[in-house]
Amino acid sequence: MSPTQPVSALGGIPFLVIMVVKVIVVFVSVITTVAFMTLLERWISAWIQDRLGPNRVGPKGLFQPLADGLKNFVKEETYPDQASRFYFVMAPMLSMIPAMITFAVIPFASPLPTPWGLVDMVVADLPIGILYILALTSLGVYGIVMAGWSSNNKYSLLGGMRASAQMVSYEVALGLALIPVFMLAGNVTLTGIISMQQQMHLWYAFPLGLAFFLFIVASFAECNRLPFDLPEAEQELVAGFHAEYSSMKFAMFMIAEYSNMLTASALMATLFLGGWDIPLWQGDNMWLGPAGIVGATPAWWKTLLTFGSFATKTAFFVFLFMWVRWTVPRFRYDQVMHLGWKVMLPTALAFIGLTGTSILVLDSLGVPYGLVYGLAMTAVNVVAMVAFFWILDRDRVIAGAEGYERRVRIAEAHARGMRVPPPVTQHAGD
Amino acid sequence: MLEAYAPILILAVVSAVAAAGMVIGSHFLGPIRPTPAKRGVYESGITPLGNARERFSVKFYMVAILFIVFDLETVFLIPWAVTFRALGVSGFVEMLIFIGVLLVGFVYVWKKGALQWE
Repeated sequence: MSPTQPVSALGGIPFLVIMVVKVIVVFVSVITTVAFMTLLERWISAWIQDRLGPNRVGPKGLFQPLADGLKNFVKEETYPDQASRFYFVMAPMLSMIPAMITFAVIPFASPLPTPWGLVDMVVADLPIGILYILALTSLGVYGIVMAGWSSNNKYSLLGGMRASAQMVSYEVALGLALIPVFMLAGNVTLTGIISMQQQMHLWYAFPLGLAFFLFIVASFAECNRLPFDLPEAEQELVAGFHAEYSSMKFAMFMIAEYSNMLTASALMATLFLGGWDIPLWQGDNMWLGPAGIVGATPAWWKTLLTFGSFATKTAFFVFLFMWVRWTVPRFRYDQVMHLGWKVMLPTALAFIGLTGTSILVLDSLGVPYGLVYGLAMTAVNVVAMVAFFWILDRDRVIAGAEGYERRVRIAEAHARGMRVPPPVTQHAGD
Repeated sequence: MLEAYAPILILAVVSAVAAAGMVIGSHFLGPIRPTPAKRGVYESGITPLGNARERFSVKFYMVAILFIVFDLETVFLIPWAVTFRALGVSGFVEMLIFIGVLLVGFVYVWKKGALQWE
């Protein structure tokens, strides 16, 4: 007889032990994954630039993160005289702690049956779910601003100010891109959102594609990754907010950045690609809610398989972060603010209206929540995406500076009475 | 209900200990041999002129104020979105009016040039 009740219903010692074990396992896994993501980033960079990556430390350079960690520990720490010592030391900790604990609400596999009951494969299935993530990602900006201000360095201060303005701007777009998900799922817990996607037999990336795109872009900006790495733009600000940091305090900012990336990737996979759901297979459609298990029977091998599914999807988004880094050049600061406020915010609001209208129309037509419902919304969404990318955009946002120059050339040609602008002359320095 | 937050507390303590351990550990493991050059502020090799904490663009404040308005809007939207189906058409229309009021302010801010960075 397999257990059907969650362990937490029993309380007592098994609950405590399982809780502590989950916390430790997840913490160690996140730290290890972050360490290897730094290596992965260098390998992928090397691969994209057609050169050798790290390959000296250990087999194929596998021990590189270990060596980096050790090196960072024994390097000299420098404290600038003008810096505010207390805030200078606090900043990396304030940056790292929220980044490390955000992962706690993300479910990474289907429930695992144990002799004491079902164990939900998530550190904490909070009733507020994703609001916890939104709250903690906002906290991350304090560490960055504090680092920039306390260093008393002009580059750092500018980097910190840029980071705060950029992160708050894109947080609005990030939050608004999530609203359609809540509307469709009627739930803010991540386990609930996964279950609703399984019940639809369609991942939310399809019916809510535009929100998915906005969420990806906003996540890149929140993580300060290229093309949004203005806060640490090397060519302008040396290293931005962490220019004055050395040894382990510098490494802590890196740990924070990479674990933010990991959490963002896992979140994208969970909200829009069904989390640990395995596509085209109904054997994993289960939800361990407050009332016990609903749907398929849990099994240990299902837990393993679904974890593989989750890891694959997350790894894809991690790869996307690194891929985009070497594909899209950095925005200018005015372009970043323009994109965040004048493009993404109105688009997200319009998409909320569109999603609301289509849900209400489908409900009033009596269509049950399921595949047909999802496909109908996907059709509406495809129209919205075509309108957004093709009709509304036309080189204004996606093409960046190049599109801007082309529009200027066309405008100049029209002013001179020419119908077609002359071809671009290549300068020797280009 | 509150027991759901217990793992978060444990994880926060573990992370805080790890973070503090990294700062303290590297403080004792690494050498500290300060020289005037190391203790100065790095400004690409030029001797820094004055303090960094001077006046900066007012745009950053404006973005912060706008953020508060629109982030609060997001927070108001979340409970509405979760109960969206139960509220039906009337709830949707009410929220559209709310968003419309905020959009008037947004258009005003846009036309005033508060979102213009050059």
